[in-house]
Amino acid sequence: MDWKQLWEICSAPDNVPIVGMIPLLIFYCYLAWKQAKANDDLIGELETNPALAKTHHRKSWPFRPGWQKEVHVWPFLLRIEFLATMIVTIILMVWSITLYAPLEEPANPNLTMNPAKAPWYFLGLQEMLVYFDPWIAGVVMPTLIIIGLMIIPYIDTNPLGSGYYTWKQRKFAIGTFLFGFIILWVSMIIIGTFIRGPGWQWFWPGQTWDHNRLIYEVNRDLPDLFGIASNAGKAIFGAIVVGAYYVLGGFGVHAFFRRYNPKDYKRMSLLQYSLMQFFLLTMVALPLKMLLRLGFNIKYVWITPWFNV
Amino acid sequence: MAEDNSNGKNGNRVGLLQRVKAGVQEDVQSLKTDMPAKAKEQVEGLKDPTKTQVFTSIFRHKHDDTPRNRALGVLSNVFLHLHPAKINRDAVRYSYTWGMGGITFYLFIVLTFTGVLLMFYYHPTKVQAFRDVLYLEHDVPFGKLLRNMHRWAAHLMVIAVWLHMFRVFLTGSYKKPREFNWNIGVLLLVFTLLLSFTGYLLPDDQLGFWAVTVGTNMARATPMLGHEGPFGKMMGMTPYNDVRFGLLGGSIVDANALLRSYIWHCIGIPIVASVLMIVHFWRVRKDGGISGPAQVMLTAEGDKPRRQV
Repeated sequence: MDWKQLWEICSAPDNVPIVGMIPLLIFYCYLAWKQAKANDDLIGELETNPALAKTHHRKSWPFRPGWQKEVHVWPFLLRIEFLATMIVTIILMVWSITLYAPLEEPANPNLTMNPAKAPWYFLGLQEMLVYFDPWIAGVVMPTLIIIGLMIIPYIDTNPLGSGYYTWKQRKFAIGTFLFGFIILWVSMIIIGTFIRGPGWQWFWPGQTWDHNRLIYEVNRDLPDLFGIASNAGKAIFGAIVVGAYYVLGGFGVHAFFRRYNPKDYKRMSLLQYSLMQFFLLTMVALPLKMLLRLGFNIKYVWITPWFNV
Repeated sequence: MAEDNSNGKNGNRVGLLQRVKAGVQEDVQSLKTDMPAKAKEQVEGLKDPTKTQVFTSIFRHKHDDTPRNRALGVLSNVFLHLHPAKINRDAVRYSYTWGMGGITFYLFIVLTFTGVLLMFYYHPTKVQAFRDVLYLEHDVPFGKLLRNMHRWAAHLMVIAVWLHMFRVFLTGSYKKPREFNWNIGVLLLVFTLLLSFTGYLLPDDQLGFWAVTVGTNMARATPMLGHEGPFGKMMGMTPYNDVRFGLLGGSIVDANALLRSYIWHCIGIPIVASVLMIVHFWRVRKDGGISGPAQVMLTAEGDKPRRQV
């Protein structure tokens, strides 16, 4: 266990925000979960008790008749905002006095940094470079992430859970988002920061970064495993595999979705449904491709003269 | 008139000297009596500064502790009128909003402030840039604090934006009628990351240089628009005319890239982001204020129009 190495990574000034973000994220997940649980309990109670549902104020916060439903912004909200700015300012002050922003040697194109890492918030995308070609990891994926985020309000047809925390009413939406945000985005950043060392090789936390380490890995392409040698054969085979993933996967999602989410299934238009299918399957493809690479040393699934997937 | 001149003398007319003397006496007397009175009045007036003309010219209403004045305090203030006069009593609870949207905005202000100060010391040229950072670090009063605060506030802003998006998703706040504002928010997320990314190069050190090299190398692989991307060659892309060349103002990260980075970082993106922020805040109000904590909905109510609170 190389504690020094571990400390060097964790205490690198630019990594401190990530180290800080992890407990912050856990705390806010807990805070959200606590409120979701309270609301779900309340919903469960009201669903079984229609009489209470008519009179209840419908919130898990306490409320008594006679209490005002609204409060003045001045001072009740403004004092909180003021306090928030004060606290943030203090945190920033302490942080800026105790921790210095990094400054390396002057830029030198002839001396490559190893590892050369992107800013920490893009490390998820850089990690994807291991599994995908740059045009997918660097261009298509960010584009799909942005578009995917933007269409969320238009494909989520579930009217429940607007304006309050809940889990039971929106299991699919929240599960998908958590998968995308926590598993695919945040944990990739954590891997990129703490695990990836020189040569972008995998170093477990506490393992010394060995700049001379060589890993002998033979990466294969999926068509090779099936003995397909011709270029045309590889292109067609890959197209079939990728196509089959979307068709079979789509069928699987369909079977799952119409059973467990019948109301949303009924509400969704064809366009909404196919967009949801496409983005969900594309998202799930990332860990699958990672598994193929890390588990079976498979580099490409689909090889064409113009691009490789 | 004729009567006055009847005896050929000046009669009982008062001479000029006497008149002046009497006048001066009167003035002295008035100073003695009026000034203390006025001074007293002045002091009395200062006991209630809200009645002074200066005060009333600045604040358009009284400062009384009445509901009307509390509302006016928010509504008649250009900075505070982003807020409604009154809000949902539970909306001021920290556990619902986490305050992350407001903190993001505050960090943007902090960054603008520290950023403008940094601009006084920084030349975006290849020879000067790195020296300017050294100068800031070692010679400028509070220069180190300034640079540290700019960097840490930027990192914190990225985290705050993510947490804000996370909260908005978990509370279903992107649902009708807030779909459009969610989209503005996604764009703001992208611009926040781009702001941070363009700032990364500016110290012109190894860290920034290689991070931006790694980042922009991906642009080479843009399908059709990058010279290494799928179909790039077919579209006639070379290292000297593709999208990466446009981003960097050259085929390598050099002086032009530094200048472009600087202009996007200090002028271009902040303007676009500010405009989007204006729209974002405006739409928060127009779409009915912050989304909750709203009353929970029961499954049966899901397909009916939303209950009016």
